[in-house]
Amino acid sequence: MDDRQGQRGSGGNREMWASRLGVILAVTGSAVGLGNFLRFPGLAAKYDGGAFMIPYFIAFLLLGLPIAWSEWAMGRYGGRHGYNSSPGIFRVLWRNRAAPYFGVLAMVVPVMIYMYYVYIEAWCLAYAVRYLFGAMGFENPEQFFTFFAQFTGIEQDGAAWAIEGEGLLGSGVFFLVLCFVLNFVLIYRGLSKGIEWFCSWAMPALLVCAVIVLIRVLTLGTPDPQKPELNVLNGLGYMWNPATERLGFFESLRKPEMWMEAAGQIFFSLSVGFGIIITYASYLKSDDDIALSGLTACAGNEFCEVALGGLMIVPAAYVFFGHETLQASQSTFALGFVTLPNVFGKLPAGGDVIGFLFFFLLFLAAVTSSLSMLQPAIALLEEGLGLRRRASVAMLGFITAVGSAFIVYFSKDLTALDTIDFWVGTFGIYVLALFQVILFAWILGVDRGFEELDRGAEIRVPRIFKFIIKYVSPTYLLAVFAAWAYQSLFVVPEGQPSRLQAIVENRTVQLSIGLIVLVSALFALLIAQSVQRWRAAERAAGGKKP
Amino acid sequence: MTLGGWIAMLLSVGGVTALLGWCIYKVLATPESTRHLHSQVDITTPDILDSEAD
Repeated sequence: MDDRQGQRGSGGNREMWASRLGVILAVTGSAVGLGNFLRFPGLAAKYDGGAFMIPYFIAFLLLGLPIAWSEWAMGRYGGRHGYNSSPGIFRVLWRNRAAPYFGVLAMVVPVMIYMYYVYIEAWCLAYAVRYLFGAMGFENPEQFFTFFAQFTGIEQDGAAWAIEGEGLLGSGVFFLVLCFVLNFVLIYRGLSKGIEWFCSWAMPALLVCAVIVLIRVLTLGTPDPQKPELNVLNGLGYMWNPATERLGFFESLRKPEMWMEAAGQIFFSLSVGFGIIITYASYLKSDDDIALSGLTACAGNEFCEVALGGLMIVPAAYVFFGHETLQASQSTFALGFVTLPNVFGKLPAGGDVIGFLFFFLLFLAAVTSSLSMLQPAIALLEEGLGLRRRASVAMLGFITAVGSAFIVYFSKDLTALDTIDFWVGTFGIYVLALFQVILFAWILGVDRGFEELDRGAEIRVPRIFKFIIKYVSPTYLLAVFAAWAYQSLFVVPEGQPSRLQAIVENRTVQLSIGLIVLVSALFALLIAQSVQRWRAAERAAGGKKP
Repeated sequence: MTLGGWIAMLLSVGGVTALLGWCIYKVLATPESTRHLHSQVDITTPDILDSEAD
């Protein structure tokens, strides 16, 4: 047994958490990020809001929550056996030569999501700085839309470097470099104490800002009397009505990609299927609680996503842009950036201050998420290749810088970002979650898995979740996957080409897929090397496996 | 906003709020919560401690 898990920050660092309220803020705040306020509203808008919420909540109960618990349990189990990286933990759980190679996904998912996540983080920082310098004084929704299009280079590839005449304030690349440097300084120097300190005050501040914005959205009424249909009640209707004008209730649910993306969103925002929870859980003590901790993180995340993000951004976007623009939005992440500034502009006073605070706090929340995304790969490089933390960080810095530069350059319609977000941020997470739930329920065994989950638990997880994890979650994931694959391959789509067709037809999509394959191959090689070292260490220890 | 929309909104927002409220109650009612409950941000990995020591 490795005693490293006993070295987590429960000594001096614990002094930061002087109160139980601090624990709540830390646990709930850890899950809050760009997924809640930017990605979720974008997806809800894309799939007519109300209809999207059905698969969304089903996925939360049948997939997100049970798989989150599974990851916490498997991670702590692996940590007790001396491994912190997903490939190592998978190898402990499943004595099969193929097991560690499933860890490729657990490396590719967080590392490649980091490549675009840090870019969106940079947009948040840029918006915050522009509010600070009074450079967001646009007059109408179209001007905000035009600014975002220019800033992100939506019109053509290579146009995201800078807006002419705006200097550094108009340069997305400048802010990206700034975020990149900040992230890597924090990771390189291991400034975990600063991150803990930030969480103790920034999360409540972000929630206060969000509530102010929410109140303003709900009191928007009908901002443009020339367009009386664009009012807040219709906006709420767009977000929550189960049936739409175009499609009935059951008809709107017949979209396998929507079911897959709803599950993907649950995984994305709960950090499930990322390889992150499993890595962090491996550092816990064997009698630490994981059941209530996991549930509280999920609950805090859902509150921010549904009660704040869901009530705020989609209704406001409907009011300012209308139904057609909402569905034509180029990227799931774009909606918040073109909508929220309009809301800040409608505040009776202090719009610039709230705008600055909101985007700055969202930026800080994103920083905590992006820092955790690199830990799974750092853990592999350290325990698999024997690298020191700083060498691991430098290597990852190079890989992610190349990926981010690719995403920034291929900016037309944000195709590269959107493609990687779907194939890694939805599809990859989905496949990894499927593997992990099978690993937990069928290979480790659901009874042993629950023994691990119950150890030190402050709540007793309802036993119905044994049945859900063993039968319902894998069946659900496989069924949605099969329906999505069938529709993508065999049903002629209306309007936009399917994801699979886009691979054949669009050069940027092809290049993006190529990048995903390249990064996957790199991690497969690193894992192969790690397996050799682990075997050599086991032979040296007399053939004992951990 | 239809009746179905109102029901969906109230159930969704009410559901997640109630779940969070229950979790907060459980954390507040847990005597050892400050030592015993964890999130990603308060787990300091051993390599960070090594790195800080360097």
